[in-house]
Amino acid sequence: MIRAILFGLVCLALPFNTLARTVEDSAGRLVEVPDHIERVYAAGPPASILVYVLAPDKLTGWSRALRDEEKPYIAQPYRNLPETGRLTGRGGSANIETVLNLDPDLIIDFGSVKETYVSLANRVQEQIGIPYLLIDGRFENTPQALRLLGEVLGVSERAEQLADYVERLFTWIDTGLAEIPTNQRPRVYLARGPAGLETGLKGSINTEIIERAGGRNVADPGDESIRRGLVQASIEQVIVANPDTIITWDEHFFRAVWNDPLWAEVDAVKRGRIFLSPSVPFGWIDRPPSINRVIGLLWLAGLFFPEQLNFDLREETRIFYRTFYQVKLKDSELDQLIQWTGDPTLP
Amino acid sequence: MDWRSYITLKPGTTFVVLALVVIALALGAILIGPYPITFAQLIETVTRLSSGSPLPETQGDTVLLSIRLPRVATALLVGAALSAAGAVYQGLFRNPLVSPDILGVSTGAGLGAAVGIFFSLPVILIQGFAFVGGAITVTLVYLVATSVRNHEPTLVLVLSGVVIGALAGACISLLKILADPYDQLPAITFWLLGSLAGVRTSDLTSALPAVLIGLIPLVLLRWRMNLMALGDEEAATLGIDPRRLRLLFVAAATLMTASVVAISGVIGWVGLVIPHIARLVVGPNFNRLLPAAMLMGAGYLLIVDTIARTMAETEIPLGVLTAFVGAPVFVWLLATGRRSW
Repeated sequence: MIRAILFGLVCLALPFNTLARTVEDSAGRLVEVPDHIERVYAAGPPASILVYVLAPDKLTGWSRALRDEEKPYIAQPYRNLPETGRLTGRGGSANIETVLNLDPDLIIDFGSVKETYVSLANRVQEQIGIPYLLIDGRFENTPQALRLLGEVLGVSERAEQLADYVERLFTWIDTGLAEIPTNQRPRVYLARGPAGLETGLKGSINTEIIERAGGRNVADPGDESIRRGLVQASIEQVIVANPDTIITWDEHFFRAVWNDPLWAEVDAVKRGRIFLSPSVPFGWIDRPPSINRVIGLLWLAGLFFPEQLNFDLREETRIFYRTFYQVKLKDSELDQLIQWTGDPTLP
Repeated sequence: MDWRSYITLKPGTTFVVLALVVIALALGAILIGPYPITFAQLIETVTRLSSGSPLPETQGDTVLLSIRLPRVATALLVGAALSAAGAVYQGLFRNPLVSPDILGVSTGAGLGAAVGIFFSLPVILIQGFAFVGGAITVTLVYLVATSVRNHEPTLVLVLSGVVIGALAGACISLLKILADPYDQLPAITFWLLGSLAGVRTSDLTSALPAVLIGLIPLVLLRWRMNLMALGDEEAATLGIDPRRLRLLFVAAATLMTASVVAISGVIGWVGLVIPHIARLVVGPNFNRLLPAAMLMGAGYLLIVDTIARTMAETEIPLGVLTAFVGAPVFVWLLATGRRSW
């Protein structure tokens, strides 16, 4: 009798045991995850994009609901997914009970894998018993991140396809630029904020795309020990740094800078090399730092080195949006993106 | 210990010395910065300008005239305005622990700016929102305070300032949570830390008239300010209407603070510490206290801002620097100072 009950218990427990496996995440944590994952909670905006490009059906919601202007650039079924808040990072807004209510099989965070985030992941995992994976969000790690999550979610084939795209892009850029000495690479300033006087230091996650695309970030304090993040700059510092290229996503700044006498002497303004990044459905150079940067990388590399890297941005954008976001852009929607990127005289 | 025993100068001489120090500081600050400008260049530009030549021609001129000069002048203006407002509030509330933020003007301005950033408005509108936010907050505080009767009026004013300020602070926090964490949140944070990094001539020309207008009643009624420091009842026996006078002074100080905070962001401590030090040097007579506080505040903020823009490759937030300097000085003052206002 007792044996029978025990047997029954074992049988009950069996599906969970045999179907679970252990995964090592980017922070080196060993996490037991179920074999079949149907619902994934993204702990922040970067994670939601990572999950979306791999397996949108499994995404329980966006960290922040999509705005109307962003929706056309996301595949139809996922435009109105609920807002699920941010569990980590700046301004965490998710309630742990809300997370439980969504009943995810897995929580994903894509970004920093530093100690703070490790401990947060461990705490949440212990508290609610849902496996929590940390995936390294550095740009260079993008292919590996796609493969890791793809395998966990059981979409390895798609992950391989996307990772391969990113790897080929990286290699294509690196090969194309191999012969170009440092001093011939563009000196780039990322202008953030309404006055264009916020920027990211070289090496920060906000600006790593500049180096990846072969540029040189002028906001480089040199000293390696300095923490790399967002900082404020003065216009005088920008004039002294004298970047030959400025990138931004702030339309107010973009419109104002052309006729601003204070910026007039900056090399980039004199040459007309100020570029506005598209920002739908996600930013092309940052905001958030996730898979969305891949198309921005192609765009920037093409801006920096039009002779070495030759491609049709319009066509490549169409392909990227189709491949990653699984959305077929109308010509008008594509036009808007391309006009955004290319035309300095945009009103 | 009588601090004035250290100051053997006559009052008039004190002001001359202070003014000379501020002028020297301003000259020095104009010459310091990432873009190399020599004294000879400065002289050259000034002579060229005074000879009637038109607009700036070289990049050095642009840096000197359109970037550094407005920035130095704005630092002087912001420091002077915050210190003047601080001196007014400390006198009105007869309390040396009072700063211009006491009635929530900075918090209100912060909320206004946060709203502007949240809706991705251009800089000029963000500044406008900040000014309006500061003014509305103080108005609210005043209305709440006057609607509560049967209490000591200044106490009620301070308490409603605390309450409304806390409310505005909560609204800022809410906006920070709702803001885009990759874009708007850093902008709000930087704004709340205060900086003159983006200052240009147009900022100066928009804030200066407002500060001057706020200064007029302070200068004209400087003697009555001394009476206010005696307390409402004694002031009333001397034939002035403390309520109307208080309203006027609060309005003037708010106008000054809100207009400079709108262009500089929140800068704490200046309006708290500087009037205090000025009182130690020239005494509590508002007639002398006001100009002394303004001169010292101007010089102090100029020094701090020059550090902020030259110490690192990027800007150091002013609010951080003023707190680092202000907090220890204040503790020292508390430990050693006299009580008199």
